[in-house]
Order: sequence, then C-alpha cells, then structure tokens
Amino acid sequence: MIDLNHALVVAFLLFGTGVAGVLLRRNAIVVFMSIELMLNAVNLALVTFSRLRGDLDAQVLCFFVMAVAAAEAAIGLGLVIALFRRHESIDLDRATLLRS
Amino acid sequence: MRELLFYFFAALAVVSGILVITRRNPLAAALYLVLAFFALAGIYVLLDAFFLAAVQVAVYAGAIMVLFLFVIMLLNLGPDDLPPIMTRKVRWVYAAASALLVLVFLALDLGRRLPAPAAGPAGEVEAIGERLFGAYLLPFEITAILLLVAIVGSVVLAHRESK
Amino acid sequence: MAIDHFPLILLFPLLGVLVNATLGKRLSLRASGGLASLTVFLSFLVAVQGFLALRGVTGDAARVVFTLWEWIASGDLRVDFSLLLDPLSSLMVLVVTGVGFLIHVYSIGYMAHDRDYPRFFAYLNLFTLAMLLLVLGDNFLVLFVGWEGVGLCSYLLIGFWYERMFTATMSTAQAGQKAFIVNRIGDFGFLVALFLIFTHFHSLRFATVFAAALQHPASPAVMTAIGLLLLLGATGKSAQIPLFVWLPDAMAGPTPVSALIHAATMVTAGVYMVARSHVLYALAPAALDTVAWIGALTALMAATIAVAQNDIKKVLAYSTVSQLGYMFLGLGSAAYGAGVFHVMTHAFFKALLFLGAGSVIHALHEEQDIRKMGGLRRALPITFATFLVATLAITGFPGLSGFFSKDEILAAAFQAHPLLWAIGILTAGLTSFYMFRLLFLTFFGASRLSPERAAQVHESPRAMTLPLMILALLSVVGGWVGLPPVLGTHLLGGTEGGFLGPVFADLHHVPGAGHGGHLSHATEWALMGVSTLVALAGFAAAWLRYLRPAAARDLFRAPASVWQRLLADKYRIDELYDAAVVRPLAACAQFLWRWIDEILIDGLVNFSGLAVRVGGEVLRLFQTGYVQTYAFFMVLGVIVLLLRLLA
Repeated sequence: MIDLNHALVVAFLLFGTGVAGVLLRRNAIVVFMSIELMLNAVNLALVTFSRLRGDLDAQVLCFFVMAVAAAEAAIGLGLVIALFRRHESIDLDRATLLRS
Repeated sequence: MRELLFYFFAALAVVSGILVITRRNPLAAALYLVLAFFALAGIYVLLDAFFLAAVQVAVYAGAIMVLFLFVIMLLNLGPDDLPPIMTRKVRWVYAAASALLVLVFLALDLGRRLPAPAAGPAGEVEAIGERLFGAYLLPFEITAILLLVAIVGSVVLAHRESK
Repeated sequence: MAIDHFPLILLFPLLGVLVNATLGKRLSLRASGGLASLTVFLSFLVAVQGFLALRGVTGDAARVVFTLWEWIASGDLRVDFSLLLDPLSSLMVLVVTGVGFLIHVYSIGYMAHDRDYPRFFAYLNLFTLAMLLLVLGDNFLVLFVGWEGVGLCSYLLIGFWYERMFTATMSTAQAGQKAFIVNRIGDFGFLVALFLIFTHFHSLRFATVFAAALQHPASPAVMTAIGLLLLLGATGKSAQIPLFVWLPDAMAGPTPVSALIHAATMVTAGVYMVARSHVLYALAPAALDTVAWIGALTALMAATIAVAQNDIKKVLAYSTVSQLGYMFLGLGSAAYGAGVFHVMTHAFFKALLFLGAGSVIHALHEEQDIRKMGGLRRALPITFATFLVATLAITGFPGLSGFFSKDEILAAAFQAHPLLWAIGILTAGLTSFYMFRLLFLTFFGASRLSPERAAQVHESPRAMTLPLMILALLSVVGGWVGLPPVLGTHLLGGTEGGFLGPVFADLHHVPGAGHGGHLSHATEWALMGVSTLVALAGFAAAWLRYLRPAAARDLFRAPASVWQRLLADKYRIDELYDAAVVRPLAACAQFLWRWIDEILIDGLVNFSGLAVRVGGEVLRLFQTGYVQTYAFFMVLGVIVLLLRLLA
C-alpha cells in the first residue's frame, strides 16, 4: 500500500516550495501561483488524512478549500490588474505605500 | 504498482512546484503549475479520492489556471528578473540544503508514525454528494454566497474609473 | 489694669500691611504713610498699656501669657501660638513701636519723592509685625517665626531700590541677598540649638525649658553647645563676629530702613534672644564668656574700621556693629539688664543719628561722602542740633542716656575680666573719635560742597525734623531710668531687681551663677571718670585733626600706611570670606550643576527619551511596506507556534 507518511512528506515539500515562492518572488502573479501551490499542498494532506480516518469529511473540506481558492484567485487577480494599472508593472517591490 | 505510480506523480508534483517558483517567465511558471495540478490529481486517484481528482482538474487546472493565463496575456507580461537571492549560485545552495533536510528527515523518520489506515468508503461521487448535501449543506450554501461575493468584488476591483 | 486686648498689638500692623499692599497705589503719600504710622502708633498705645499693667508687679504676676491658638500638636512637640508679656518683652515692644512710630512719620517726609511708597510702608508695617512677634513670643518657635520675618523684611527693604547699583561692584539686590544669606548661616545655628533644646527639655516654651534646665540641666557639653549655637544665630542677626559683614552693605537701603532695622530694632533681636535665654547661658559659663569676648572684640574691630570710613552711613553702620558689641559684652558679663538698657538707649541715639544722616543726605540730594560736606550747621540747624545731641549721647557725655548704659556695661565688664574692660574703654575712645570726626567733617568747617548742591541746601520738612527732636529728647533723658547705685535708684534694674527684676529672678536658682559682687563706690566713680576722660581724649583728637583749616587738604589723600589701607578696606574680611567660603561653595555648585545635574540627571532623562526613540526606530525597520516582509514574519510566527505545539 501507499505509505501515507510519504504522502505527507510530499505535501510538506509542496507547502515549503509555495512559501518560498511567496516570500522570494517579486512578480505578483508568481506569488499568487505560489499561494495556489500551498493550498494544493493542504488539499493533499487533507486527502491523506481522509484516507487515514476512513471517512470522507476531509475530502468535503477539500472541496470547500478549492471553492475558496477559486474565489480568492478571482479577487487576487483583480487586485493584480488594479496594481498594474497604478504602477504599469506588477513588481511587488513597487508597492510600498505602507512603508513607514 | 500503485506505489510506483505514487512516487512518479509525487516526484512530478514536487519538481513542477520547484520549477514554478524558479521560472523567470510567468507564462512558463503557470504551465508548470498546471502540470503540478495534474500530478496531484493523479495522486488523488491513487488515494481513492476520485471526485476530488476530477474537481481538481476541472476547477484548478481548468478554471483557475485559465484565469491566471488570461491575466498574464491581458497584461502582456514578459519575463522579468529573479530576485538576486534566487540567482544561480545561491539557488544550488538552497537546493542542496533542502535535499539534505529531506534526506535527514526520511532517514530519521522524525515524523510521528501514522497508524494504519482505516477502511472506509472510497471517494465516489455519490458518497461525497451524500456528505456534501447532508451534514455539510450549510457550508455548501455559504460557499455559494462566497462565490457571489467574489464575483462582485472582482468586478469592483477591476472596474475602470469613469472619466 | 485689664490687658486682655493685648494681642491687638499685632493686629494693627497686620491691617496696615494688608491695606497698603492691596490699596496702597490708590492712596496718596500722606494717606499711605499716615495709615502705616497710625497702626504703629496704636500698637504703641497698647504697648504703653502693657507697660502700665506690669508696673510695680512682681513675681509670677509679672508674666502674662496670651494663647492665640494651638499651633502644633505632634507627638512630643506641643507648641501654641502664644504671646508673653513680661517686663523684658514690654520694654522691647515699647522701643519697637515707639521708635518705630517716629521713623514711620519721618519716612513720610523722606520718601516723598519716591513713587513706590505704598510698597515701602507695607514693608515697614510687615517688619513691625514680625519684630513684635519676635519679642512677644512665648516660645522659641514663635520667636523664630518673627526672627525669619524680620530677616525677610530686612532683605525686602535693603533691596527696596532694586534697580539701582549700590557700589561699582554690588547691586542693591545683591546687598539684600548678602544680608539674607549671612543671616541664614546664623539661622542654621539657631535651628540646631532649637533641636538640642527640644531633645533635652522636650519643649520649646520658655517657661518650661528654663524650669526644666534648672531642675535637670543637660551635660555641660550640651548646654555649652546650645549656648554657642544660639550665639551663632545671634551673631547673624545682630552683626557680630563672624557674621557682621552684611550690615555695612545693608546701607544700600533707604535711610529710615537703616534707622529702624539696622540700628534700633532688628539687630537687637540677637541681644533680646540671649537675654531671654539667660538661664541657659548661666548654666553654660563657657558660652557666656564667649558672648562677652565676641562682643568686646567686635566692638573694638568695628570701631577701628569706622575711623577710616568716608560714607556717612557706613560710619554709622560700623558704629552700630560696635555698639551691639557693647550689648553682648554686657550680657556676657552677666549684666543682662545692662545689655537691655543699652538696647534702649542705643535705639534712641542711633536712630537719631541715622535719621539725621538721612536729613543731611536728603538736603544734599543723595550725597553721602563726608569729604564732600562741611559747614552744614548753619544751613541745617535742627539736624545739626539733634545730631550733636546724639553724638554726645553715644560718646558717653555725662548725664546723657549713653553715659549710663555704657558705663553700666563697662562696670560689669570690669568685674568679669579686666581685659574686657580695657577693650571696652579703648573702644569708647575710638567711638568718641570717629563720631566727632563725623560731626566735624559734616557740620563744621568750610563748606566743601559742590556749588549746585550748596545752593539747594535747606532744612528738612517737619515730618522729618519732629521725630529728630523727640528722639533727641529721649537721648537725653532716656538714661535716667538706669542710674548707677552711686547716683540713685536703678529703675530699670536687671538681675538686681527693678522693673526687669522679675525676668531675671530665676538666676538666683542657678548654683554658682555669680551676678558679680558689688563694686565699691570709689571704684564706680573711678570707672566713670576714666570713661569720661577717654571720651574727652577722643573728642580732642578729632578736634585737632579735623577742625584745623589745613585738614581739608588731607581728606582726599589716598590711605598711605599699611594700617590705613587695612582699615579703609575693613580688614578685607569680605574678601577673605569670598575666597574661603563663597568661591568654594560656588565652585561646588558649578560642579553639581555641570556634572550632576546637566550630565547625569538630564542625561538619564534624555536617555529614556532616546531609548524610546531608538526603540521606535528599530521597530520601524519592520514596517518595510513590502508585503513579503510581513508574510515572512507570519511564516516565522507559524513555525514558532508549530514547534511549540508539536515539540
């Protein structure tokens, strides 16, 4: 059978990759994609646990995560467009209005 | 057989993920992300989450990524520079460090041992549907409203100010 | 005579202060000055009533206490705000209010051209109030309140013309400060003495303390310490060695102030205090001797300085210091009555001298240098006549007031220690010399006035000359209440009975307190003769030196010999104090200021501000504005949480 521990390892690796992408990349689009990667890693973990527990509640939760991810992607991309309109670029280093 | 496929899809997913964050061209990154999603869908199938696998392909790869691609095309984004921290030399340091970490983790098996999986229904559509419209009906409906809000929000955000 | 209303004596000056302080600006000079004089006069009437009530009364009935209110009741310390009317305080209030009244009236004339007269009269009344409080206190604390009050008024009045410079190097304000600060040093001694008194006798009330001291005196060391510390306070207030340096500079104030405060009343506070504490001094012979010697030495030293002064007020100032020395000499020779007697006569003639000098200054439009005067006796007849009377009185012309009081002191000094008497006699000679020098240079001889001044010289108005005449009369007859045994009854008395007898009766209880043997009549006559001769010698010397026509040339010669320079520079004592005390203290203060205050304390305070600011700057670094920085910290936080949860 599939070793579920290794599935979790995969989820962990994907999540870490996503975090690295969020923190390190300057391109807003790539940052969003990294977030999606993180969400997917979570989904994988959930499915693994669903398999572990023997019931489907975790998979239902997965479903909701996907729905929320879709909504978030829509909003986020709207933001990217607004950002682009303002700065003519989507370099996050330009977006520093909160700087003290 | 299944284990082999699992490791194949797993490697594919991880490698695709790394490629996503290291591409200079956002278009390439998006495509590698699609690949990662497909790999994950494969893993879901192997874990008997059939419905989820289908939804993964349909929603993530099919809708969300299309949206991403749409925006990339709209803004006509070209390749841009990686942050200095991710340039050639440093990248290999990271890769080596992460690989080392993973190997250590695997070798020591530091994680808590999971118990044996319990038997249970497979992630068939009917089974999921039964849970979804049964115990989780309310979250389902609320999610619908959430999507509505998202639609309105994104329209507002992208709205050009009238002159 | 019923005397229940006696505390009103304090109320009148208080009202005067309040009215002049608030409404004074709207009153005319006459109204303001008249009101002030009136209040003092009313107090004088009450004082007279007090005196009459005590006349002929002996024993315990000769002390009446008026408790105004309970002031302090804290643990062991119980002090009431109460007044004591006994022969000693009665005499003092008579002098204070009587002479004070005359000076108030005089001031109406003297301050006629000064716009600030309401302030002046308010201060004068305030001073009167404080002085009355001082002499009427029933306990050391009320005395101390008055003590501080007169010190304050002295400061205010010396510095009355605070915008002016006094000398080339000292402003009027500085003169006032000097008086106050030097007094403070004395006050420190006074306070420590009070602490000792309370510690050992558990009370501050005169009656209680003295009775306790007689029954259970503390150790000789403590008693001597008390005596010496009280003396320190007295030297500050009464300008004796070592704290006399403020009095000559106090001449910066208006002349009526010099007359009232620095001749007749405030400076006698020390004398009064020692006389009041006679029991304590009788129990501390070493301290009493110190009193006598300090008095004698101060008298001599001040007399020598007076010989070389050219400012009319400075001569009188040093003369005051010298005469105060006589009073202390009398007290220290256990002739307490004699010391108090001299307080009274000195008040008469010294106030007269100062007011006369003020009259001269007023006539000459602020000229005070006697080298620039001369021949004024024709232009200022009343001033001259009264000044002459006062001069005769102070030098001890037989029959005048000064003669009797000074001789009584010298007789007591002779009994105490012959050397004290010798110093006193020598001082008497010098006194005669410098006083007649002053008289001759000011009123006799050819006029050395500048032509403008000479044209304007005129006698002073009646408001000024009337007090002069009254004081002259008192200077003549004032001594007749204290006739020596050879000549008659000593009405004033002292340790031997008389009016002041009841005050000093408790000295009989002191074991071994010798109130001297009696001198034989022959000795008394001899002493009187010697002092008269000495006074004549001084007069002759002054005549020879200053009334010759050739003398005028020599006046402006700079001091030649070392001795002359030393005298003119008043032995450089001020310079000595400055170098030994003032500069080190100032340096200390500078150090404390620069290092402790500015660097240490301000540094600490500023540091706390700096710390906050630096902390803020550090924290600010987290607010980069980059979303990814924030995300990084979030991830960091999550990791920490996870480790916490899972580990």
